[in-house]
Amino acid sequence: MSDPRLASYALSLGDDALVLGHRLSQWSSRAPTLEEDIALSNLALDLIGQARLFYTLAGEVEGNGHNEDHYAYFREPEAFRNILLVELPNGDFAHTMVRQLLYAAFVHPYFQALARSVHGGLSDIAAKAVKEMAYHVRHSAEWVIRLGDGTDESRRRTIAAFEALWPYVDELFESDADEHVLIEAGIAPDREALRATWENVIDRVLGEAQLKRPDAGGLVQGGGRTGHHVHLAEMLAGMQSLARAHPGAVW
Amino acid sequence: MDTKPDEAHAIGDELLARARAAAAAVPDPEIPAVTIADLGILKGVERRDGIIEVTLTPTYTGCPATLPIRIDVETALLAAGITDARVHIALSPPWTTDDITDEGRRKLRAYGIAPPPPRHSENGALFSSPAVACPRCGSSATQRISEFGSTPCKALWRCQACREPFDVFKCL
Repeated sequence: MSDPRLASYALSLGDDALVLGHRLSQWSSRAPTLEEDIALSNLALDLIGQARLFYTLAGEVEGNGHNEDHYAYFREPEAFRNILLVELPNGDFAHTMVRQLLYAAFVHPYFQALARSVHGGLSDIAAKAVKEMAYHVRHSAEWVIRLGDGTDESRRRTIAAFEALWPYVDELFESDADEHVLIEAGIAPDREALRATWENVIDRVLGEAQLKRPDAGGLVQGGGRTGHHVHLAEMLAGMQSLARAHPGAVW
Repeated sequence: MDTKPDEAHAIGDELLARARAAAAAVPDPEIPAVTIADLGILKGVERRDGIIEVTLTPTYTGCPATLPIRIDVETALLAAGITDARVHIALSPPWTTDDITDEGRRKLRAYGIAPPPPRHSENGALFSSPAVACPRCGSSATQRISEFGSTPCKALWRCQACREPFDVFKCL
């Protein structure tokens, strides 16, 4: 049975994971140490694995025969529903780690809640993925603490990363009218209800890192969920080029 | 040729036993010292309406070995003379390292990989590390080098007694 709200919701979860996963994969062979190169590739692999499951579910719900490759490779940027935070270019290593912390500290409790969804397909994926996101929180938090409480340069870069990314965090907590229907039905968790949990983790890490929350102001409102993207087209041009040059190719 | 019900049952039981043995013996493609049964990712082999149904579960959602394992199981069943088989992947209940058998833990250690430490809270404290014994010399003077190792399911550690680096099966 086709359910456009549910399909669209599954796509938004898949898009957040895929876009951030692809951004992390761009660190491959460029990370500051070999261990970290492997770590970032592993984090990317987790996210891309989660995206595949959400896309497969979206295809089943839509009932139009679309598979995971269709959603990843054959949609235009405006069809992607990911939040802007995940599509921002990687910047330096501090920027990448702060972004990973801001995202994972939200998605970890979000998946804990989604694991209790009345929709079995969604709860199965979340119960599986929540354990991976716990690692992402730990790994990024440890780096943010090390960098923030590190050298003058690492501290300067970490502060700059928080200031650059902070305007994008509100989109993590926004739900549109369609998602509110799913929240009421017990299918989707309430994003806003997780804000205090998220703030607790972030504040704890900031404290350990001897840093303070950036001043609020100039917050970016919505955008990604409605298909208005800034950096996605450039990213997809690279990511989709092979699949589009050789449609249906297998290897 | 007609078979009596009892004989049909016996043939079915024999088929199922052969399928179970073949599937259970499939080695993990990334850690060939252990089988998929040792790792607990082979969730079941059943016979439904004359068809063998195998259920596998991934360790990590993004584990690249999931597809090769599926193909290896299909190949092993064919080699055991089972042509009517279906392999499917189940996410639920999610795999945990507690699903690794005692035999699996012993084989991992013998292969130089420390078996996963006992599970702790999902919200594990920052910078906290479980105690891990070196799989080579048994010393507990060990140190984590990286949370992520050569495969998604392993972390990289070093023994401070024998100075050897080693993999640790991550706790999940």
